[in-house]
Amino acid sequence: MKGTAPAPTGTIEIDFERCKACELCVPACPKHCIEMGDRINRHGYVAALFARPLDCTGCAICAESCPDVCIRVWR
Amino acid sequence: MKDKRRETFPRAVFSRPRSLLDVRSHYCPGCHHGIAHRILAETIDRFDVRGKTVGVAPVGCAVLMYDYIDVDFAEAPHGRAPAVATGVKRAHPDRFVFTYQGDGDLAAIGTSEIIHAANRGENITVLFINNTTYGMTGGQMAPTTMLGQKTATSPYGREFRNDGYPIKVAELLATIEGTAYSARVATSTPAQIRKAKEAVRKAFDMQIREVGFSLVEFLSTCPTNWGMKPLDAQKRVLGEISGYFPLGVYKERKQADFV
Repeated sequence: MKGTAPAPTGTIEIDFERCKACELCVPACPKHCIEMGDRINRHGYVAALFARPLDCTGCAICAESCPDVCIRVWR
Repeated sequence: MKDKRRETFPRAVFSRPRSLLDVRSHYCPGCHHGIAHRILAETIDRFDVRGKTVGVAPVGCAVLMYDYIDVDFAEAPHGRAPAVATGVKRAHPDRFVFTYQGDGDLAAIGTSEIIHAANRGENITVLFINNTTYGMTGGQMAPTTMLGQKTATSPYGREFRNDGYPIKVAELLATIEGTAYSARVATSTPAQIRKAKEAVRKAFDMQIREVGFSLVEFLSTCPTNWGMKPLDAQKRVLGEISGYFPLGVYKERKQADFV
């Protein structure tokens, strides 16, 4: 959607099994990198998906806003 | 693909705090208890007091928090966490003692305990999670329920003639002489989460410097019992609830009374 950044300066990993699909990380990401996915995990939640890794800046705002601490960030 | 990315970005900038055990929590999706737990665990790590901390868990949704935070815990009867924490702190003054209570626990059943613990200036830290309802028991009306809010026990909305007004605990305890630190924070935006972390850090600092009683009130969400999606619940906190319960630091002592 917003392919402005020339190269990613960070990356995240979303724990698929631990995500509870609360969607709080989706509007939190300033670069709109996260979307809700279409796969259901073991607990029955449609987990969030790191959809646009090329835009990620590694700012960790998604991880700060995740209540279940299932996002890890590298830079 | 993932490993390639990991090689490009070697520095981990965010991962689970050491004091937060690597287990899945029982909290509902979007519940802010998880954020409050993480802030607490990060602050315990920051002060490096994990080996000498005793937590007092309440009755409420956080009753199982000993499964999530890697410190010693005592379980208190409903509302009596400040009294139990007083005993723990007086028996072991070198330990770091905190209680973690909800609004049904602290503001309804434990009002007397919290006021007298604050009035005695007990050197403990209280984290107060205000989600304006009794979460664990199924969404009954709490003293902090907003006027007009529909709950299981106020099906037509809370009405002040019957039920009174929502209690503002942070302001109430700030008027008490023994309180060293009283603040209200929210965790609905990243900026608010950073401020909440700062407030918890100061509350910990008050206890470590032996200044006195410290309280941090969190405006939390309860999407399940409010009947809202997590994002709508966050918007409710940012609008309606922050309007009645203003965020801010209400009291901050510079030093203790005794020398």
